[in-house]
Amino acid sequence: MKLSRKIFLVLSFIVIFALVLFTITRGDNFALFNPAGQIALKERNLMIFTLLLSLVVVIPVFVMTFMIAWKYRAQNTAAEYKPDWDNNVFLETIWWGIPFLIILILSVVAWRSSHELDPSQAIVSSKPALTVEVVALDWKWLFIYPQQHMASVNMLEIPQGTPINFKVTSDAPMNSFWIPQLGGQIYAMPGMTTHLHLIADEEGIYQGASANISGSGFAGMKFTVKATSMGEFSDWVYQAQKSSQTLDAVSYTKLAQPSENNAVVYYTANDDNLYDTTVMKFMMQMQSATPTQVTSYQDSTTPGMDMSNMKM
Amino acid sequence: MTLTHFLFGRLTLAAFQHDFIVYSGVFSMFGGIITVLAVITYFKRWKWLWTEWLTTTDHKKIGVMYIIVSFVMLLRGLVDVALIRAQQATSVGSSQGILTPDHFQQIFSAHGTLMIFFVAMGLMFGLINLVVPLQIGARDVAFPFLNNVSFWLFFAGVVLINISLPIGDFSGAGWLAYPPLSELQFSPGVGIDYWIWCLQIAGIGSLISGINFLVTILKMRAKGMSLMKMPMFTWSVLCSMILVVFAFPILTVTLSLLALDRTLGMHFFTSSFGGNAMMYVNLIWAWGHPEVYILMLPAFGIFSEVVATFSKKRLFGYASMVWALAAITLLSFLVWLHHFFTMGAGADVNAFFGIMTMVIAVPTGVKVFNWLFTMYKGRITFATPMLWFLGFVVLFTIGGVAGVMMGLPAVDFQLHNSLFLVAHFHTMIIGGAVFGYFAGITYWFPKITGFKLNERWGVYAFWCWLIGFVVAFVPLYILGIMGATRRLDHYDPSQGWQGLFIVAGVGAAIIMVGVGFQILQIVVSIFQRKQNLDLTGDPWDGRTLEWSTASPPPFYNYAVLPEVSERDPFWVQKQSGKTPEKPVYKDIHMPKNSPFGMFIALFAVMFGFAIVWHILWLAIVGILGIMICVALRLSSDDTDYYVSAAEVAKIETARKVVA
Repeated sequence: MKLSRKIFLVLSFIVIFALVLFTITRGDNFALFNPAGQIALKERNLMIFTLLLSLVVVIPVFVMTFMIAWKYRAQNTAAEYKPDWDNNVFLETIWWGIPFLIILILSVVAWRSSHELDPSQAIVSSKPALTVEVVALDWKWLFIYPQQHMASVNMLEIPQGTPINFKVTSDAPMNSFWIPQLGGQIYAMPGMTTHLHLIADEEGIYQGASANISGSGFAGMKFTVKATSMGEFSDWVYQAQKSSQTLDAVSYTKLAQPSENNAVVYYTANDDNLYDTTVMKFMMQMQSATPTQVTSYQDSTTPGMDMSNMKM
Repeated sequence: MTLTHFLFGRLTLAAFQHDFIVYSGVFSMFGGIITVLAVITYFKRWKWLWTEWLTTTDHKKIGVMYIIVSFVMLLRGLVDVALIRAQQATSVGSSQGILTPDHFQQIFSAHGTLMIFFVAMGLMFGLINLVVPLQIGARDVAFPFLNNVSFWLFFAGVVLINISLPIGDFSGAGWLAYPPLSELQFSPGVGIDYWIWCLQIAGIGSLISGINFLVTILKMRAKGMSLMKMPMFTWSVLCSMILVVFAFPILTVTLSLLALDRTLGMHFFTSSFGGNAMMYVNLIWAWGHPEVYILMLPAFGIFSEVVATFSKKRLFGYASMVWALAAITLLSFLVWLHHFFTMGAGADVNAFFGIMTMVIAVPTGVKVFNWLFTMYKGRITFATPMLWFLGFVVLFTIGGVAGVMMGLPAVDFQLHNSLFLVAHFHTMIIGGAVFGYFAGITYWFPKITGFKLNERWGVYAFWCWLIGFVVAFVPLYILGIMGATRRLDHYDPSQGWQGLFIVAGVGAAIIMVGVGFQILQIVVSIFQRKQNLDLTGDPWDGRTLEWSTASPPPFYNYAVLPEVSERDPFWVQKQSGKTPEKPVYKDIHMPKNSPFGMFIALFAVMFGFAIVWHILWLAIVGILGIMICVALRLSSDDTDYYVSAAEVAKIETARKVVA
């Protein structure tokens, strides 16, 4: 087959494939490219910056690969042939050097962005942050709003433009708490708290999910995030507070039983220590095997192993 | 304790009850085994099989056995792929697809475990076995019997993971089984135990192999072959084996601790009683990241040989290549945390590991440029190994960009555990390692069998793999950007993912056609071997020592041990036009066959199975059996023999007459 025909085949494959992909992905579904908050926006911009910078190396590699392969094909006897030419300090310095420089730039970017977008770092804002305590259960998400004395299952409503301070734990296997349009994920692990600070700059409805396998109901561990105006949020809180169901030690134990594809449920929650108890009960078991002691620990305000204080 | 419980532990008839899909798998597996046994019996090949293959200590035959077993496991891994793709393409909205969530989770866990441990590792050790002793001018590895034990322990792992199909079930906790999901509390069944013990047994085999080849390369090189004159493949294997020796003990310990948790009720990684799952995640990746490079480095070595040979030119920047390998070897132990930036470590820690990760791109990039400049001013022939190389450059570069992106912690928060990540590591392992192994198998095939593989079917297979790969994994990159997490057995139609999952399924099907062509290629090549015979021992105009001996080489590899004074010794010798002097043969010291490797593996399977099902007496039998085998082997003096000089002369003359 002639080269021109091969190139034609390859190009037409690429075009057809791209068309097919374009057709089936039309719409507004590119969560990571449609950020709705400043954290997700910065993370997207960083993603695109890295991609573009990498292309500085990648494009020459692609071009060189095919040019060299074509020019020095065995049939082209007119091309120069130097079978023993096997080193050149200048050339090698270039390709140790340029990638090194790119990585140097990226290292600075990595260092800065890791600190700027550190999930445990509070977002600077004129508005006070809203705290939401997140508990991953088998197989649903429990959101406790300690200041509002209410809780919800699989439904996370937040006021637009207000920084949200998520305290995340798990009372089940490890999960990962992820709202792609608002920003990156953080692991939810039993016996410890991880911190995640996000903000929704636009009102809207976003998808949240667990990104880490946690057993048979894992695929159903989705939740809806609704960012609304402060007024709407207050209404929602008010409605939820009127729920006939109360979240206490007894109803929590019932809720924590494995169940799949849970519907949204609201609770009034007056037990301010429920989250801390959930985190700490594993520590208690370390000291004593009797689970009854767990409840007696409710006075404590000490959180469990708090990863944000970890320094290395 | 009742008698049944004593005899069978927790094994009951319920362990044999499965759904239709598993039964079809079981039946095809048994069908395959029975057919093979019948064919061997029909052709009366049992004795031949026993003396020539099963008990062999010949590194070439062990290598062939590794590759055959790995290829069969590749087929099983591909069946898993078909089921995964079918499930994800159909399980939308009200449809639940063809699999239950539990079964789906077992399938992707089995897929990952099989493909990494029993396909990629097997192909890699197979190629190392075939080539390294020949390439350094040795007659066998340093410890031929241990090499046999390594293969059989690998095979024991294969047997155990396959037993989990008919008896009981397999782990559903993913290929690395993070606790606490993999702890007794959440996975009380036998699946995780099967996973632990098939890896534990195979892992010990890998560790022994690592030591074996490390010693072989350091101590058994031809006279005059200093380290900086070693062929690049041997260099890459040396680095890879250093990683094996340092990394695999971590795996052994980690799996042991998890096994102690599960079997004896300890609390290393449980949520409660002071256990810490984060410790597991750290340990498993302290092994797991080097493991990636254990697989990658030999592929780099293969490409270095292939590019130089098919460009008819010396490898460009040899010293750079060696330093790049060494840098990657060192750095691969300093990046493990990038697998869990999202576990909540502080910004300093994340940034350090992110930077280390990106630094690896430098030596890797250098290798790519050196390959390109090996081609520059060469005379390139595009035989299939070279096509695999070009496909590798394209895919590996794309995968590398994805890797650098995820090396930034802040970007990784968004891409971690998404299908973007899944697409990334498949690009690296298939486009990087597996393409390399295929290039290597095609390249060294004539050396081992005496005839070349059919080119036409090889080219078809290559194009199917390349196009299939793009069609299968570009959709996964896009799905990751759309926010699709990995390992979903079901999703909502409003996400708009289904079309892409279907396209990915088409891509997987194209890859399977490619595998079909590879099987066809081997069959056709065997039937047409007369046309593709390699009588010279040097079918590609090779450069390194292995091409200076016959194809296939005599069992002692070299009648007279070669001496080396520079790199590419065989090429230099051919260029100089000098014919070697008339050889003076001496007695050759060779290892004898031994059945003990097989016996040890048999008892290892027994032990693994017994631990999985809590059958104490069988576990004791297994352990005692292994100890007795080792003791018997150690106390035997009948382990080696000499081939007399006269015998060597006879074999060499006979060979030349045929040629």
